[in-house]
Amino acid sequence: MSIYLPIAELPVNLLLILGLGVAVGFISGMFGVGGGFLMTPLLILVGIPPAIAVASVPSHMAASSMSGAMTYWRKRLVDLGLGLVLLSGGLIGTATGVWVFSLLRYVGQLDLVVGLSYVILLGIVGGIMLMESVRAIIRARKGVPPIVRRPGTHAWFHGLPLKLRFRQSRIYVSAIPVTIIGFGIGFFGAIMGIGGGFLLIPALIYLMRVPTTVSVATSLFLTLCTMLLATVLHAMENHSVDIVLALVLMIGGVIGAQFGARAGQAIRAEQLRLLLAILVVGVAVRVAIDLVITPQELFTIVPGGRLQ
Amino acid sequence: MKRRPAIAVAFAAALAAGTPASSALAAERLVTSVSTHRVLITSNFTGTSAVLFGAIEDDGTTVPRPAGYDVVVTVRGPTETVVARRKSRVLGIWVNTESRQFIDVPSYIAVLSNRPPQELGAPEFLRRNRIGLANHTLRQRIGGDFGDVVPQDPFRVAFLRVKMDQGLFHEEPTGLTFITPRLFRATVPIPGIAPTGTYEVETLLLSGGEVIAREATAIEVVKTGFEELFARAARDHGFLYGLATAFLALGTGILANFLFRRE
Repeated sequence: MSIYLPIAELPVNLLLILGLGVAVGFISGMFGVGGGFLMTPLLILVGIPPAIAVASVPSHMAASSMSGAMTYWRKRLVDLGLGLVLLSGGLIGTATGVWVFSLLRYVGQLDLVVGLSYVILLGIVGGIMLMESVRAIIRARKGVPPIVRRPGTHAWFHGLPLKLRFRQSRIYVSAIPVTIIGFGIGFFGAIMGIGGGFLLIPALIYLMRVPTTVSVATSLFLTLCTMLLATVLHAMENHSVDIVLALVLMIGGVIGAQFGARAGQAIRAEQLRLLLAILVVGVAVRVAIDLVITPQELFTIVPGGRLQ
Repeated sequence: MKRRPAIAVAFAAALAAGTPASSALAAERLVTSVSTHRVLITSNFTGTSAVLFGAIEDDGTTVPRPAGYDVVVTVRGPTETVVARRKSRVLGIWVNTESRQFIDVPSYIAVLSNRPPQELGAPEFLRRNRIGLANHTLRQRIGGDFGDVVPQDPFRVAFLRVKMDQGLFHEEPTGLTFITPRLFRATVPIPGIAPTGTYEVETLLLSGGEVIAREATAIEVVKTGFEELFARAARDHGFLYGLATAFLALGTGILANFLFRRE
C-alpha cells in the first residue's frame, strides 16, 4: 500500500513508514527519549531524502513529547523555571541550527556533517552510558547500594554568576551553563533531526544533579518547544517539511509509545539504561560504517539552482 | 491508470482513415495521439504510463521508401538546474569533494524507438535532431565556463547513469512497435518520482537517415487535491505551513494523551 509524499515528491510504502513510527515510538516510550536519533537515520535508510527526513521528524517528536509532557505536567514534575531557562538557549540554538543546516545543504556537506555529528555525539554519549550502566549492574549484582545524589558536591560552573534557584529540581545554579546546554540541544537537534532528550537527560542528571523524573519531564517540555520551532523554521527556511510523512510518523509514534511505556516499566532501570546505551552506540556504529565503506554510487544529484 | 489498447487502436485507426489534405511539400504526415494529456498525482500515485499511438499518413504522392520507416518518440520533462557531486575518500571517510552544476537540463527524458537510435542516421544528424539520450545537450557550468562536454566526461556519464537508475532517463531501442506498417505504438513510463510540469512529446518520422515528418504534443504532470494544496502551501506560505504542521503535532499529542490516559 503506497502513499505519495507531496513535498518529497515520491511514493512510499504506508505500512513501512507507519511501522517505523510504531517501532521508534515503542523505543521512545520505553526509554523516555524522543527517538529522533533512530528515526532520522531509518528514514534516510528507506530512501527519504535527508533534507526531508531531518525537517519532518521534529513534528513527529513534538507530537510524542506533547503526549508525554502532558502526563508529567499533571503530576507536576515539569520544572517550568528550568525549562524556560533551557528554552531561552534552546530557541537560539534551534534557529542557529536551522540556518547552519541550509548553509551546509548549500555547500553540499550536509550529509557529512550530519553523519559525523551522529558518530561523535552518539558515540560519546552512548559510550559513557554503556560504562555507567554496566557498572551499575555489576554493583547491583554485588549487592552494593547505588550511588545516591550528593547535594554538597560542587562543579566549577557553580561559581558562575546569575544564580537562580529551581525549586522543583532542588538546585541552585547559574543560568549560564543551563542556557549553554539548551543552546547545544537546540543546535544539534535542528541539524541532526533529533530532539536531544538522550543528550539533555544525562546532562541534567549528571551535571546539574536534577532528580531523574524531573529531568525526563523537563526534557520533554524542552523537546516539545524546540521541535515545534524547528518545524516552523524548517518550513520557512528549507521548505522541506513533508506534512503527510510527518502525520504518518506521528500516528505510529504515539501508538508505539503507549506500548513502549508499559514495556519499560517491566524492566529494571539500570538494564533499561544498558539497552538504551547499546542502541545509541549501535546507531553511531552504523552511521560510522556508512561514512567509511565505499558507496555504491559516488555521484549524487540534488536540486541546486543557487550554487556559485 | 488502465491501458485500453483496443479502444486506442480503433481511435488511431480512425485517425489514419480520415485522411485530411496534407501539404504538398511532405508526402507523409504524422498523426499522433496520447492516451492521456494530464497525469494526475494523487495520494496513491506510484507512477503510471501513457500510451502514444501514431499513424503515418499518405496523401497518394508518396515516393517509394526503400529504407522503410523509423520512428523515434522523445519525451522531455520540465528543465531544472541541479548540482552533481562526486565523493572521494578524505582521511578514511567519503566526502563530497567535487561538484558541477547542470543548467536547464530536462528533468526527464524518454527515448522510444523501433531500433537503436545510433542506427538511425549519421552522428551529426542524430545530434542535431537530439535523437537518443547520448545526443542530448547537458549544459554544465564548470567554474565560470558554460557548455556541454565530451561524451566521456565522468560527470556527464554519472549524470546519465544516476538519472537512468532513478527511472527519470529512459531509452528503449524497442520501445516503439509497429502494429501495421503505418501504425505504431509506444509506452511512455512515468515514474513515481517524476517532477510536475509539462512533458514535451516529440515524434520524428525518419527514413534513409533524414527526418521526413515531425509531430509535437504534450503531457502535463500535475498534483491534484491535497497533494497540490500541500506542495503549494509549503512553497509559497512556509510559515503558515510550518505552523499548521506544528498544530497538527500538538493535536496528535493531546489526542493520544487523552485516548491512552490510564489514571
